Amino acid sequence: MRVNFTVNGRPQEADDVWEGESLLYMLRERLGLPGSKNACEQGECGSCTVRLDGEPVCSCLVAAGQVEGREVVTVEGLAEYAKQRSEHGGCGTDSCNSSRTAGTSLDEAKRWAARGIDSQTGEGGELSPVQQAFIDAGAVQCGFCTPGLLVAADEMLERHPNPSDADIREALSGNLCRCTGYEKIMDAVRLAAARQSEEV
Amino acid sequence: MGTTGLPTNLTQGSRTKGGIGESTLRPDGVLKVTGEFAYSSDMWHEDMLWGQILRSTVAHAEILSIDTAEALATPGVYAVMTYDDLPTEVKHYGLEIQDTPVLAHGKVRHHGEPVAIVAADHPETARRAAAKIKVEYRELPVITDEASATAPDAIHVHEGRTDHHIGHVAHPNIVHRQPIVRGDVAAARERADVIVEGEYVFGMQDQAFLGPESGLAVPAEDGGVDLYIATQWLHSDLRQIAPVLGLPEDKVRMTLAGVGGAFGGREDLSMQIHACLLALRTGKPVKIVYNRFESFFGHVHRHPAKLYYEHGATSDGKLTHLKARIVLDGGAYASASPAVVGNASSLGAGPYVIDDVDIEAIALYTNNPPCGAMRGFGAVQACFAYEAQMDKLAAKLGMDPVQLRQLNAMEQGTLLPTGQAVDSPAPVAELLRRVKAMPLPPEQQWLTAGEAPDVRQLPGGLSNTTHGEGVVRGIGYAVGIKNVGFSEGFDDYSTARVRMEVVGGEPVATVHTAMAEVGQGGITVHAQIARTELGVTQVTINPADTQVGSAGSTSASRQTYVTGGAVRNSCELVREKVLEIGRRKFGTYHPAWATAELLLEGGKVVTDAGEVLADLVDVLGDEAVEVEAEWRHRPTEPFDLRTGQGFGHVQYTFAAHRAVVEVDTELGLVKVIELACAQDVGKALNPLSVLGQIQGGTVQGLGIAVMEEIVVDPKTAKVRNPSFTDYLIPTILDTPTIPVDVLELADDHAPYGLRGVGEAPTLSSTPAVLAAIRDATGLDLNRTPVRPEHLTGTA
Repeated sequence: MRVNFTVNGRPQEADDVWEGESLLYMLRERLGLPGSKNACEQGECGSCTVRLDGEPVCSCLVAAGQVEGREVVTVEGLAEYAKQRSEHGGCGTDSCNSSRTAGTSLDEAKRWAARGIDSQTGEGGELSPVQQAFIDAGAVQCGFCTPGLLVAADEMLERHPNPSDADIREALSGNLCRCTGYEKIMDAVRLAAARQSEEV
Repeated sequence: MGTTGLPTNLTQGSRTKGGIGESTLRPDGVLKVTGEFAYSSDMWHEDMLWGQILRSTVAHAEILSIDTAEALATPGVYAVMTYDDLPTEVKHYGLEIQDTPVLAHGKVRHHGEPVAIVAADHPETARRAAAKIKVEYRELPVITDEASATAPDAIHVHEGRTDHHIGHVAHPNIVHRQPIVRGDVAAARERADVIVEGEYVFGMQDQAFLGPESGLAVPAEDGGVDLYIATQWLHSDLRQIAPVLGLPEDKVRMTLAGVGGAFGGREDLSMQIHACLLALRTGKPVKIVYNRFESFFGHVHRHPAKLYYEHGATSDGKLTHLKARIVLDGGAYASASPAVVGNASSLGAGPYVIDDVDIEAIALYTNNPPCGAMRGFGAVQACFAYEAQMDKLAAKLGMDPVQLRQLNAMEQGTLLPTGQAVDSPAPVAELLRRVKAMPLPPEQQWLTAGEAPDVRQLPGGLSNTTHGEGVVRGIGYAVGIKNVGFSEGFDDYSTARVRMEVVGGEPVATVHTAMAEVGQGGITVHAQIARTELGVTQVTINPADTQVGSAGSTSASRQTYVTGGAVRNSCELVREKVLEIGRRKFGTYHPAWATAELLLEGGKVVTDAGEVLADLVDVLGDEAVEVEAEWRHRPTEPFDLRTGQGFGHVQYTFAAHRAVVEVDTELGLVKVIELACAQDVGKALNPLSVLGQIQGGTVQGLGIAVMEEIVVDPKTAKVRNPSFTDYLIPTILDTPTIPVDVLELADDHAPYGLRGVGEAPTLSSTPAVLAAIRDATGLDLNRTPVRPEHLTGTA
């Protein structure tokens, strides 16, 4: 089947989609957006969390066909989404993420090299406040849980700009992390909230 | 390097910005927060196929027949392979003992063993085709524990063993046995005023890394294969893969893809050979990605254990002796079992002075899931038992449990039961003092003035099962000892290639190693070392691959020590060459080139007095300096097979925990309120990463204390909970605050005085939580994990 929907503000068309495919599979394997992760594919770990018409959902539990005509925001579009929100209160349709071929191409993967200088210098383009806070607070280790946590944390800060620790834990309780013990993730969300309130 | 026993100073950095001692940020951080970082499961290639593994549905059976015809006839299927299709005479692999078949032959030995592999153009097509393969089994009795494994008429899990352990084990279903005997336990027992005994059970824990086993194999024009893979040790994989494929090692080119955590679970091969076989058979790139269900079958787990301990003490609290027997269930294949036995036995007495010791550790072959490496590696199970014993002993003596531990704590110079002296700081008593001195969290935090209780702060949380009634607080302590690096005479080296040249008018260092970055932050530290040693700002870390020599495994808390040591060593060699060039070009202009000790700092050559002699840009000019060199820590030796004596370990690392829990005693629900840790790290090369390791390790210990266990049916040896729905790992709601007190006492044998960090916090966390639950409930809890039924008497 063919699925038409909006991803990170840009209209997308996926062809030859098998009816049993999940939104996660369609994003990762057909639209070249592998940022949403596949840690459990059964709705337990939150690594595939995306916004579907604004709601945070496990994209592994959403059938591809269910997103026909709807809007999806993934981690790849999070920085732009946050920017649009702070400027206009929403994500514009044309200005978000560019499309790519499916998956991370081998050529791209081969070219990957860890950068020698710190991201403190700001290299790597504009990040959303919560993305920057995750880097600064040391909340990223293996990073496999990070995309889902970022989408979930960004959504919580959108509706709850001054969360208590208990609020943060409750909001992120659907996102498993195996590396950090969550302490630095708590620090990162507190930091993002604090920076956000300073700006206002 | 610091001086032995003196603090290395947490905030002390190098004089070049971004060097060691600073909390520089991860070089892969931006890629990881934007979703651009390419993990092994993200690999994609035009025209690629998807591989799928068919796994056994029973634990122990003869294979009578395999019929692949229907699977092969499925549209979209390109290949189906079984044991009979393996291309060479090498059909087994293994870390130490090559006992694991690439695909099952004649027999399956555990639930979920690979039997056949399929390549197809869509993952669902591959899955459905695999399901059409008909395998006829004749089931055999299952061996599930020591009694069934060592019964006189027990089926041998592996027939005709020829490995080097078979000569010293009492039964072919025992992989390895290591006794550690020192002093005279019988005589010492006579001196004991009190004796405590215990029998402890440690459940099977899963690494539960979030990035599933996955990778992409691309067939090459030269008949070889390029493999992009998540692993802990590229060269160990290579040694096992190439012979099965019938290829020389230089035709199996491996590159590390992004690794979504490891924790020991990627030491063994998973889908590497299968993907290569299918790629070479079909001539197309093949990607394999396990789902979570398959991941539970696709890697080894932490050995479950039964531990029998007897300690004695005089009435003033001095330990007299220890007798211990540790039985580890290795499951169907050896994996790392022999080395786990070595650790469990040699560290079985814990960080205490005990002169008279008799320890025996064995690992079994059974039909349970194979077990091998997981963070803490044998030392975790032992720590759970000896720390429970310390609390029992303190209770019997009427002593404070921390005081009893401090009274018997080892120090620098203490002899381990192996006869090896601990020849660097061993601040066991000090770590306990520090963790005890931390302020306690306030009582009844769920009560806020004038409002209803916040149930989120209570056991049971939003299930709203209590508003404080039946809730009791408990506090527990534990401390542990872990070795760093590969022990028992293993040639535990690493290799680093470092290049220095001028790029864009600036001196740049490039570091190339085969170290697997699995999330721990090794690449961050390598760049810091290069800045410190070479005085540059710009460091490029090349992707890890097999085009450079082995880095050894990212395990055993060893990479910062060993590959960090290799990077430092290669940097020093590069520095010497750079200074030679400088002397050649500029030596005649200034006598200090010949007489002073010269350093590279801030992009310049300077004397140790701080005088600038030249810019690195001018020294290097158009020349590039490159060195690839191996580096080794001091050698170790095997433990004697009868007595366990020997200089077996490279380094030790220590951590202590204090757990504060609140237990709803009516429902058996536990909330861990705080889990404080104090750890000696020798020298924190990157303090932020060190905290991340300590907190992460602490929570994995919390997991095995109160929730994590792979449940294996004792009648069928089948796994009953292979999913994150049924195998629970701690969520952010289950996790408390984790205050950390980092101590830095230099180990003079190690680069910069550092100590391996990653594993020690996983040891003492579990027994501290158990001690706190015992303190709250008064129950005698001898197994981990503790579940509600163990606390309510309904088990």
